[in-house]
Amino acid sequence: MDCVYKMFRKGEVFNSLRDLIPALTGRMFNRQDLSSTDQREFWALEDLSFEVKRGEAFGIIGHNGAGKSTALKILSRIMKPTRGGIQVNGRLSALIEVTAGFHQDFTGRENIFLHGAILGMSKREIRSKLDQIVAFSGLEEFIDTPVKRYSSGMYARLGFSVAAHVNPDVLIVDEVLSVGDYVFQRKCVERMRDVIRSGAAVVFVSHNLKNITEFCDSCLLLERGKAVKTGPAQDVISTYMNRSRNEHLIDDEIPVRISKVTVRNRFGECLRFQSGEKAWVDVELRANSPCSKLSLSIYLLDEQFQCVFDTSSERLGHGNFSLNKGDVYHCSFELDLNLANGIFHPSILIHRYDTQTSYDRWEPAATIHINSEADVRGAVNCFPKVVRQAVQAPGNFNPPGQILAGTKNNAAAQPVQPTTHGRL
Amino acid sequence: MKEEFRELYRYRELFYTLTCRDIKVRYKQSVMGFLWALLMPTLIVGAGIVVRYGFAFASGKNLENVDIAGVAVKSVPWAFLVSSIRFSCISLTANTTLVTKIYFPKEIFPLAAVGACLFDFAVASGALVILLVILKVGWSIYLLWLPTLLLTMMLLGAGISMIVSAGSLFFRDVKYIVEAVLTFAIFFTPVFYDVRMFGDKGEWLLLNPAAPILEGINDCVVRHQSPNLSWLAYSSFFALITFFLGYAFFKHLEPAFAESV
Repeated sequence: MDCVYKMFRKGEVFNSLRDLIPALTGRMFNRQDLSSTDQREFWALEDLSFEVKRGEAFGIIGHNGAGKSTALKILSRIMKPTRGGIQVNGRLSALIEVTAGFHQDFTGRENIFLHGAILGMSKREIRSKLDQIVAFSGLEEFIDTPVKRYSSGMYARLGFSVAAHVNPDVLIVDEVLSVGDYVFQRKCVERMRDVIRSGAAVVFVSHNLKNITEFCDSCLLLERGKAVKTGPAQDVISTYMNRSRNEHLIDDEIPVRISKVTVRNRFGECLRFQSGEKAWVDVELRANSPCSKLSLSIYLLDEQFQCVFDTSSERLGHGNFSLNKGDVYHCSFELDLNLANGIFHPSILIHRYDTQTSYDRWEPAATIHINSEADVRGAVNCFPKVVRQAVQAPGNFNPPGQILAGTKNNAAAQPVQPTTHGRL
Repeated sequence: MKEEFRELYRYRELFYTLTCRDIKVRYKQSVMGFLWALLMPTLIVGAGIVVRYGFAFASGKNLENVDIAGVAVKSVPWAFLVSSIRFSCISLTANTTLVTKIYFPKEIFPLAAVGACLFDFAVASGALVILLVILKVGWSIYLLWLPTLLLTMMLLGAGISMIVSAGSLFFRDVKYIVEAVLTFAIFFTPVFYDVRMFGDKGEWLLLNPAAPILEGINDCVVRHQSPNLSWLAYSSFFALITFFLGYAFFKHLEPAFAESV
């Protein structure tokens, strides 16, 4: 992708000849109208360039409307750049809308052939992969049922299963790994890994920063159509997290506002923690008018903005506090980050419990990245260890404690080390 | 354009699949199933016979087998042309998600719509052959003209299909214009009547590119004579031009499809 620009016109679109003709004649007689189109111009992408090699995964992150999807659409040749050009070597496949090719009245099997053909597979290729696709989707029972009777999850699973078996040279993924239930999602992630391992170049767009860090070596941060930063995924994500937390509105109207939130470790400000590490969250409040019986709440959101942890200064036994006009209040929370791998958002709320009034909320106040040595999933890290492993052959009962004696590297007393480069 | 045709050829499997889809979709969950392919031609032929009976009555002649066969032989290709234009016109707008989400040569949509209508045409032609046998029309060496005539018909249909499908993607009123034109086009085309009936003025009717094709089909199938070659050349030329211009037009607009649909 080389110096790509993409312009859209905001505002009115002529969808009917009846609208177009008066507009054109109006424009003919009224020259001013022409200049107003310039104001409607809107650059969805400006001077964007990147290169992805085979076997490499490249992430694109950014807020909604930053131009991520437009970039992918240009890359997949659905849209033409206004300026600049792209070059794709080999078969390109896009996991953008995985069920786009489905027809409601067709059975699952018919839709596999239809969607496969749309994605550029030949009939023979689909036939040879049919069993794999069906097995992957886990819909063996329903494969001859019309897809209109499918649940939305089944529908999406079938779509992803077809799309995932295309074997492309270049794969474009737009936020589709959030399909289906947890088990299926892990399957998808596994499949993506296979695709990368098979030597395909992958371009990956996601809001799920965890997925980005899992897959991508390098990453691009887009903001209003411009590339803000390109580089190693971790660095770019840190930049993104730092930039996104600055968006708290400073509002002097409210009686008390959260003016500053800092997350730090022992040495100073930090957004990247090892699981189990201690973190301190410093909060600064400023009162614009007298307030009483205040309580400061801290809570953690996971990546899907589900609350995983919640407490407040009052609930921690520190009682409530009152502030006078102009007072600045400081409070530091110490947290043991017993969290699993992934991204969490510490958030702050200042409220008064007895009247249930909340004054100011900063959500997310920061975004932190937890790295756990053990391969643990979910929200919390319970620091697991395997301390005993036993195989019991039928009819041959071994008393406990002796089972591991014969195996190679496990003495019963010695806990099994959690693996550090596990699959996921 | 060579490059674009090559790409289209690479996607031929998709063309077959989408054609099959269009055919299957039309007959899924319907009681009559493939008999529907016969309904439209039967109606047109029936209407044609009524009209011809009126003509014969007015001029004091008897309605002959040749006249009925002539109407039937022209109605079936006409039904194909009309339905292929009608179906392809909405082929892009009915597949918005595919147009905006997945890349492939989009002319496959109107072409597959034409392909699906071609299937109906084949079914109807089978019934037509039985009718012609019953009417004792017989056959002659001139039947060899038939493939050329049908190919010209298809090129014309495909060309128009690409133009109207791309047009209706940008302007929804194209669909209504096409509907209106198709409804009344049968009066301007020698389907129910023959160009001969108009004497010298009949030449004007042949300017309609579909007219020489239909008359040609009538000539070689029913009347056992060679079609009018100069008019056939005109039609073929017109069909080729329509097809290539339509294709170029479609390809020119294609990059803007995703953001305009």
